[in-house]
Amino acid sequence: MLALWGALLWIGIARWERVLAAPSGAWDHRVAFATWILAIITLCGGSILQERRIHESRTMKGVGQWSLAWMAFRKSHVAVGAAITVMVFYLAALLTPFLAPFDPAVQGSLITERMLAPSLTHPLGTDQFSRDVLSRVLYGARISLTIGFVAVSISMTIGTVLGAVSGFAGGRLDSLIMRFVDMVISFPRLVLLIAIIAFFEPSIFLIVAVIGLTQWPQPTRLVRGEVLSLREREFIQAGKALGLSKTRLVLRHLIPNTMAPVIVAATLGIGDTIVLEAGLSFLGLGVQPPTASWGTMVADGRDNLLGAWWISTFPGLAIVLVVLSFNLAGDGLRDALDPRLRS
Amino acid sequence: MIAFVLRRVLASIPLVLGIATIVFFLLSLAPGDAASLFVSPNITPEVLEQMRRNMGLDQPVHVRYFRWMSAMLRGDFGISFSRNQPVADIIVQILPNTLILSFCAFLLAFTAGILVGVLQAVRQNRLTDSSLSVVGLFFYSMPSFWLALMLILIFSLGARNLWGWPIWFPASGMTSVEYPFMSPVEQLRDRVAHLVLPSVSLALVLAAGIARYMRGSMLEVIRQDYIRTARSKGLSELSVIFKHALRNGLIPVITLFGLYLPFLFSGTVLIETVFAWPGMGRLVVDAIFQRDYPVVMAGTFIFAIMVVVGNLVADVLYALVDPRIRYD
Amino acid sequence: MPLLQVEDLSTYFSTDAGVARAVDGVSFSIEPGETLGIVGESGCGKTVTSLSIMGLIANPPGRIIAGSSIRFRGRELVDLPEKDMRRIRGNRIAMIFQEPMTSLNPVFTIGNQIREALTLHRGIGRSEARRVGIELLREVGIPEPEQRFAEYPHQLSGGMRQRVMIAVALSCEPELLIADEPTTALDVTIQAQILELLADLRGRRGMAVLLITHDLGVVAEVCDRVLVMYAGQIVESGTVDEIFHRARHPYTEGLLESLPKLAAGGRRLHPIEGTVPNPVGWPTGCRFSSRCPYSWDRCEAYVPPLLATEDTNHLSRCWLEDEPERRRTSAGAGSEW
Repeated sequence: MLALWGALLWIGIARWERVLAAPSGAWDHRVAFATWILAIITLCGGSILQERRIHESRTMKGVGQWSLAWMAFRKSHVAVGAAITVMVFYLAALLTPFLAPFDPAVQGSLITERMLAPSLTHPLGTDQFSRDVLSRVLYGARISLTIGFVAVSISMTIGTVLGAVSGFAGGRLDSLIMRFVDMVISFPRLVLLIAIIAFFEPSIFLIVAVIGLTQWPQPTRLVRGEVLSLREREFIQAGKALGLSKTRLVLRHLIPNTMAPVIVAATLGIGDTIVLEAGLSFLGLGVQPPTASWGTMVADGRDNLLGAWWISTFPGLAIVLVVLSFNLAGDGLRDALDPRLRS
Repeated sequence: MIAFVLRRVLASIPLVLGIATIVFFLLSLAPGDAASLFVSPNITPEVLEQMRRNMGLDQPVHVRYFRWMSAMLRGDFGISFSRNQPVADIIVQILPNTLILSFCAFLLAFTAGILVGVLQAVRQNRLTDSSLSVVGLFFYSMPSFWLALMLILIFSLGARNLWGWPIWFPASGMTSVEYPFMSPVEQLRDRVAHLVLPSVSLALVLAAGIARYMRGSMLEVIRQDYIRTARSKGLSELSVIFKHALRNGLIPVITLFGLYLPFLFSGTVLIETVFAWPGMGRLVVDAIFQRDYPVVMAGTFIFAIMVVVGNLVADVLYALVDPRIRYD
Repeated sequence: MPLLQVEDLSTYFSTDAGVARAVDGVSFSIEPGETLGIVGESGCGKTVTSLSIMGLIANPPGRIIAGSSIRFRGRELVDLPEKDMRRIRGNRIAMIFQEPMTSLNPVFTIGNQIREALTLHRGIGRSEARRVGIELLREVGIPEPEQRFAEYPHQLSGGMRQRVMIAVALSCEPELLIADEPTTALDVTIQAQILELLADLRGRRGMAVLLITHDLGVVAEVCDRVLVMYAGQIVESGTVDEIFHRARHPYTEGLLESLPKLAAGGRRLHPIEGTVPNPVGWPTGCRFSSRCPYSWDRCEAYVPPLLATEDTNHLSRCWLEDEPERRRTSAGAGSEW
């Protein structure tokens, strides 16, 4: 595992020029690239920690919560398959320049290459600007997956902290936060996003920030609920009795114990976010052309639905496949992490 | 019961005020001041200054806030400059269209979702159950606007132009061009035909979620002792499931009614755009491209209020269905 | 002719771990108007036996094994079509359950739930069903029955709910009432009231009662005959007098020893060591051998049949009937119990 991550990191750094060889919307791709490198470094670190933990657990008796969950997760073939699909998508997103047969933004001949049906040269056909749909779907994966990942990281962080504070502090602060959550949740997400984006020039940064900053209410509620039930449990009471500081209690004891449902929510949340971003882009309020994004690509095909069905169909299928994988993996995680379901 | 409803209405007033405050906050988020947002961009600076004074923008923040709030609550959302008409009038005209579509989609989603969920629970872990689960999750993972395009491709364009099916559905607007010249029966049929594809594309995604939830809820209920009691009375399986189990299984699903409303309205924005449905969602999207901020803000506010009202209805339904909830 | 004749009843469940033989070759009969008790620890197959009679074993995972026979007034119930079984269920055989708190549907009124069986089996109209229902509630000792009729289960106490359950079960005047731990979930004082009510109703209506319980005290109060079940089998059967005063099977002895009321006079209570084994893999030989103080090599190797004792109709599934001298030597050794 570690070797795989290492190899990817090496490809990313050693051949960054090639990896970054996205001709247009270069900034969007640079953001994506930076995220990948960060994610891979995190994964490397995670693998090392995991190795050490396994090493330790050989000398210690008993199996931790995470190892148990991993064993339960591995049993579900569907969930593992879904997780692998997600990985494959992320890999493809990282290595797009090596995989994509054509430049996603360069327009071909408007006469000979416009709206070609799927063929060997263009497996998914070409669009009305004679661009290769497959290449665009691959580049679109970068955008969608990055936005999903980063936005959910933002919202989960905010939500976890707010939820933990709200549940732990209780009283007025708690009701203040929860009332605010009630208000924000009353806005249909897409409408709220549109209302905010309306004032600015749409860009990938704005999309990520706005999606991330409007999604925190759900994880806040989730974490608060968890914390409320944890707060009365013995080990927190014991920590209080030991005179641990509040910060330490929250950070070291409460939050780690709420992580399981948060991870499940995050996995499912990435799927939702990808759909949401696609919706925004579909309306023309998200990622701006010529950067390829699945939502804009679906919108591109709208006018030639009957004549060139492949332009809208394939990016949509990509969304369905990725979101389905996230949902299946999330379900598998939930089953694996929920001790009540484990026999 | 009436007291209960009244109390719930009163309890949601702070929520409505809070929502209005958030909308006000959103407005002040905007670069530049509100005058430049609320009036047409092609206007002379003198007029702009006059407008600013008229709108009270020279006043301090708290004064503006209270003015804004009282205007909002009176239903005065300003004037749309793209249509040169009070925003409130536009909304009164257009809101029913969105309500019709949403209502049909919700009805369809809950009917289909509940039936499928019950069927899955009754046939737990058999072929029917697992195949419906797969199909359900597939729809659940689908962006509604893409589903809409695919439905148009198959049941409108393809059915009409390629395969010549006897039945195809219109893919745009609420009525056909010939609508004014139709007989009342034909008019009704025309309207229903136009509703089919938009409601189905909205409903399928929701129905998949509802079915998942309903299945879990029914599985929980079917295990209960009172179901065994019902069987021990000699009731048929049909009345055990549809009388004794369904009524209990529905209780948790009612919370979905409130929970799914925001999703529904988010979907409405996209679906109305795809189907050129003259509703609130399309109004808001069009307004953004025309920089018609009063309309955007009013639309956002109205959508949020509809969610609040929907939650209220869900609460009341909950109390009606579950006798254990006391409403005194 | 007996009212109910159960012969060689076996009900198995398929589980992940294997086939659980929850009930394994049980035979008994009930005469009209008789009260038969079935006792045993939880996990012995008492409830599965009663659900098998009602035809309420969910398939899958459960199934009644071929060769089993349940005859009600001479009519075979095991292979009866579901439609015909429904006509018997709740009508001629009725059942009440352990948990009055959860056995009534929370979203329907008491009246609604009483009327159901009446309109279904008796074919009477709504208002007539209401009249009969209120009468039933009065009969089972519920004060202000007219008012209670319109109330929901959560508005009633546990004892009251069990009375309602009894009223529901009695509504079609069944010939056989199966009561599965009817008092276990109730307070002691309420328990006595419910038992009294059951005994009273049986006397008045002349119906037979199959009473399932783990509480020997309850059996002593209301039953005519007793079956003792262990690990899916009947291990001892006899009259109440025989079981309580001349118990033959070591398991029955153990149950009696662990009963506080009979262990008066400063004697220590002796619980039976260990627990009921897993139904997926019953022990070979005598299923009680692993917990039995008398057990010797024969017990572990050979399954004892139900053997006759000195009383007629008093049977015990124990090799001690064959080798009575072992009881003396073992008891003389002064073992812990």
